[in-house]
Amino acid sequence: MRAFFVAASLIVIAAAMPARAAGSKADVDAALKAAQDAENAAGALKNRWIPTEQALAAAKKAASAGDFDTAVKEANRAEALARASIVQAKEQETAWKALVIH
Amino acid sequence: MRNSCTALVIVAVFLAIAGAPPVTADDATNPEATFKAFRAYFTKKFPKLALNDFVNGPYSMDADLRKQWQQIEELPPYDFAIERGKDMFAAAFKNGKSYGDCFPDKGIGIRQNYPYFDEKSGEVITLELALNRCREANGEALFSYVKDEMASLTAYMAFTSRGKPFDIKVPNDPRALAAFRNGERYFYTRRGQLNFSCASCHVQNPGNHIRTEVLAPALGILNAMPIYRSEWNSMGTISRRFVTCNSQTRGVPLEPQDEEFRDVEYFLSYMANGLPISGPAARP
Repeated sequence: MRAFFVAASLIVIAAAMPARAAGSKADVDAALKAAQDAENAAGALKNRWIPTEQALAAAKKAASAGDFDTAVKEANRAEALARASIVQAKEQETAWKALVIH
Repeated sequence: MRNSCTALVIVAVFLAIAGAPPVTADDATNPEATFKAFRAYFTKKFPKLALNDFVNGPYSMDADLRKQWQQIEELPPYDFAIERGKDMFAAAFKNGKSYGDCFPDKGIGIRQNYPYFDEKSGEVITLELALNRCREANGEALFSYVKDEMASLTAYMAFTSRGKPFDIKVPNDPRALAAFRNGERYFYTRRGQLNFSCASCHVQNPGNHIRTEVLAPALGILNAMPIYRSEWNSMGTISRRFVTCNSQTRGVPLEPQDEEFRDVEYFLSYMANGLPISGPAARP
C-alpha cells in the first residue's frame, strides 16, 4: 500500500513538471543572441519578417518573466524564421529576374 | 525540433521560388523596351479593355464592382480630402509663402510629372517628398507620409491633373537608369513570409480574387492615387499603400519614402506613361 502511494505521488509530481527541464539563463542569452544576430542580418538585407519580430518579442517577454523554457523555444523559432528570410533575400538577388515581363 | 522547423521553412521558401516562371531577363536597363513589353503584356492579357480603363484598377476587371463604383462616384468619399487639400494648399506658411511657391506652375496640374529624377541630388523625388521638402524649406514641421494631411494635399494636386497623361522621364543618366532598375527589381522581388512580390498580385493575378479583393493590374495602378479605401475607412497615400503591401506579405515594412519605395514608384509611374491621372479615387 505504501509503495502504491509513493508511486502515485511520483506520478503527480512528474505530471506537474514541465515536459523538459527549463533552460538556464545562459541558454536563454545564447538563443536570444543567435536570434537577434540573424534578424539583424535580415534587416541589413531589408527583409525582416513580421513573425520573426513577434517570436523575438515573445522570447524576450518570457525571459523577463523567468520562463526560460518558452524563451529558448521562441528565440529558436525567431532564429529559424530570420534565417529563412535571409535565404529568401539572397535567392531573390537574382531570382527576381525570372518574373520580369519581356 | 528546432532543426526540423528551420528545414521546413527553408524548404517552403525554395518551393515557392521554384514555382516562378522559368523566364530570364536581360541585364541591360532599357526603360523604353521595358515599357513596351509591360504595356504589351497587359493589353494582350485584357484585349477587350480600353487602355485608359486600366487606371480604374479593380473596377476595370469586375462588372459588379464597376456598378458599385459608378454609384460611389455620385457622392465620392474623397471629396472631403480634395476640399481640405485645396484649403491647405492655398494657406500661407508662417513666413508668408505657400506650397505654390515650391512648384512649377504654382503646383497646379503638375501631378503627372511626379516622380522625377533630380539630377542635382541624384535621387528620385516623389510628390509626397517634394511636399515635405517644401514644408521643411519654409520652416514648417513635416507631415506623416501615411496620414490624412499628406493624402489631402496630394488629393487636391491629383485633382488638378485629372485627365492629364503621366509624363515620367528617365534621363540618360547612369544614376537615373540605376534608380529605374532598382524600382524594377523591387517590383519583382519576392519578400515576406508569404513570399510574394508586387508582381505576384498585380502582374500574375490581376482580376483574380485574393480573399474578397479583386486584384488591380499593375498598369495604371498609381494613376488613381491617393485613394479612399473602404477597408481603411479613410484616405491613403502611395506611401500608405506600399507600407500596407509590405505588411500583407508578412514582411516588416520599409520606412515611407525609403529609396526602394521611391524607385518602385518611379518604375511604375513610367510604365503608366500616357495613361491619364484619375486620382483621387475610391477603392474597396
